[in-house]
Amino acid sequence: MNNLTITKAHKGLKKKEFSAVELTTFFLNKIKEQDKKIFSYITVSDELALSQAKEIDKKIAKKQDLPILAGVPMAVKDIISVKGLKNTCASKILKDYIAPYDATCIEKLKELGAVILGKTNLDEFAMGSSTENSAFSVTKNPCDLKKVPGGSSGGSAAAVAADLCCYSLGSDTGGSIRQPASFCGVVGLKPSYGAISRYGLVAFASSLDQIGPIAKTVEDAQIVFNAIAGKDPKDSTSVELRIKNYELRIKDLKIGIPEEYFIKGIDPEVEKIIKQAISQAEKEGAKLFEISLPHTKYALAVYYIIMPSEASANLARYDGIKYGLSKSGNKSLLDVYLESRGQGFGKEVKRRIMLGTYALSAGYYDAYYLKAQKVRTLIKQDFENAFKKVDAIFTPTSPFPAFKIGEKIANPLSMYLSDVFTVSVNLAGLPALSAPVGFTKAKLPVGLQIIGKPFEDNKILEISKIYDK
Amino acid sequence: MIQKQEAQKIAKLARIKLTEKEIKKFQKELSAILDYIKTLNEVDVSRIEPTFHASEDFIDKKTLMRPDKSESQPEEVVDELIKSAPDKKARHIKVKAIFQ
Repeated sequence: MNNLTITKAHKGLKKKEFSAVELTTFFLNKIKEQDKKIFSYITVSDELALSQAKEIDKKIAKKQDLPILAGVPMAVKDIISVKGLKNTCASKILKDYIAPYDATCIEKLKELGAVILGKTNLDEFAMGSSTENSAFSVTKNPCDLKKVPGGSSGGSAAAVAADLCCYSLGSDTGGSIRQPASFCGVVGLKPSYGAISRYGLVAFASSLDQIGPIAKTVEDAQIVFNAIAGKDPKDSTSVELRIKNYELRIKDLKIGIPEEYFIKGIDPEVEKIIKQAISQAEKEGAKLFEISLPHTKYALAVYYIIMPSEASANLARYDGIKYGLSKSGNKSLLDVYLESRGQGFGKEVKRRIMLGTYALSAGYYDAYYLKAQKVRTLIKQDFENAFKKVDAIFTPTSPFPAFKIGEKIANPLSMYLSDVFTVSVNLAGLPALSAPVGFTKAKLPVGLQIIGKPFEDNKILEISKIYDK
Repeated sequence: MIQKQEAQKIAKLARIKLTEKEIKKFQKELSAILDYIKTLNEVDVSRIEPTFHASEDFIDKKTLMRPDKSESQPEEVVDELIKSAPDKKARHIKVKAIFQ
């Protein structure tokens, strides 16, 4: 039962090579044995997983129809609500908070018979690029335990890479699915903004956040994506997908290579592997075009205004009154706020709330927030212009492979720079996928980022299958 | 460099109690980040409209709004929600007095 993709697990269940309970027990045991050294899970939900698996075995016994995700064990980033399980966001402030309802994507997966093994580690409130900002423990990269798994969905990517689940869900605000997928050598999809309902995802930066799958193959990522995508009345920004099927004719495929993503500072080994992957697509018949996305160099600055601004507003809800950590003594209401938040939030969360509060404070709104939203328009237009000529854009997911634990944590700005190739996609609302395309000499995985037009998620998934072989 | 007083003011607006050490650290770190953000000054945006929402063109404006009606939840959900509150009395959430 090692290294099962969704499709293989489904076949095994159908052919009765193993039961759903056997498969679930296999993963639960493996997590117990091996996750001590990786720490990809915050919560393991044995009871829920086994009860879900039993239901599937009953269905199999009755020869009922078996959806492809039925009985397949998966993991959920600990910022997406699963009813009855803790939803800690890797924060002290929500350490004991239990989700009273299911996120829409979880509701959909449960209906299809998914088996939920547990909740995975992340940077606190998804703020970070290394999973070192978790209030509980640092997740290690299964490819090299001295390296970070990337972040913020580091637990979800590591759990898939270490084969501690068949697939997982992450969330991506500025690269939080793609960068850890790249660092851990798995597939990660950041869907178009609005493709998947955000209901039940703890809000971080609402105009950028998206839920998406992390999987062992592109085929698997596509299965999960199509299972959870669609309009949801509970998220007014969600959209019904128009293209559900897309047939790829690689000879007609036009790929754009933006010069701004192959700059000084990119690791030469990464550059070489990415260029090889791009020429592989060319050999299979795709045509390459050099393109320019001239406002790329401003994307990170725009992101570091919009993201903390939205975060500072969203995280105002943690007040020590409705739920979560509460510190007060016998003092005033203001003290409840100040103390609960002062003690409950970690360094990075405080830093971003401070930055956002500053950018939105009286007198600064036009200079920072409004200005950033205008430059965002230019970044979006860059992509619109490029997509008049090409079907997809290929870039490295990250300028470097996984870095050492502790290497960047003391310098926030150097940590922020690891998002340099991923944030533009969120600002423009585009779908993008990171596919593993090779290893460095030190055996660290390298991911290729494939960016598509809005709501052409299935098209970039089909294109990415070139790299499934 | 952000002045100490300004950092304290932001912390109070953000409703976060910070130690002297944290204030000092944030003065430095926030200043470095704000310096980096200054690169946006080069960009001329005088005729550019802001993008608040990247997928706006794709959203069906007719179904975007829903009637402003409250949806009542089952009792057990309400109980769960109240259970989450750190300070409560019967089925009420307790809040510190706001008038002295």
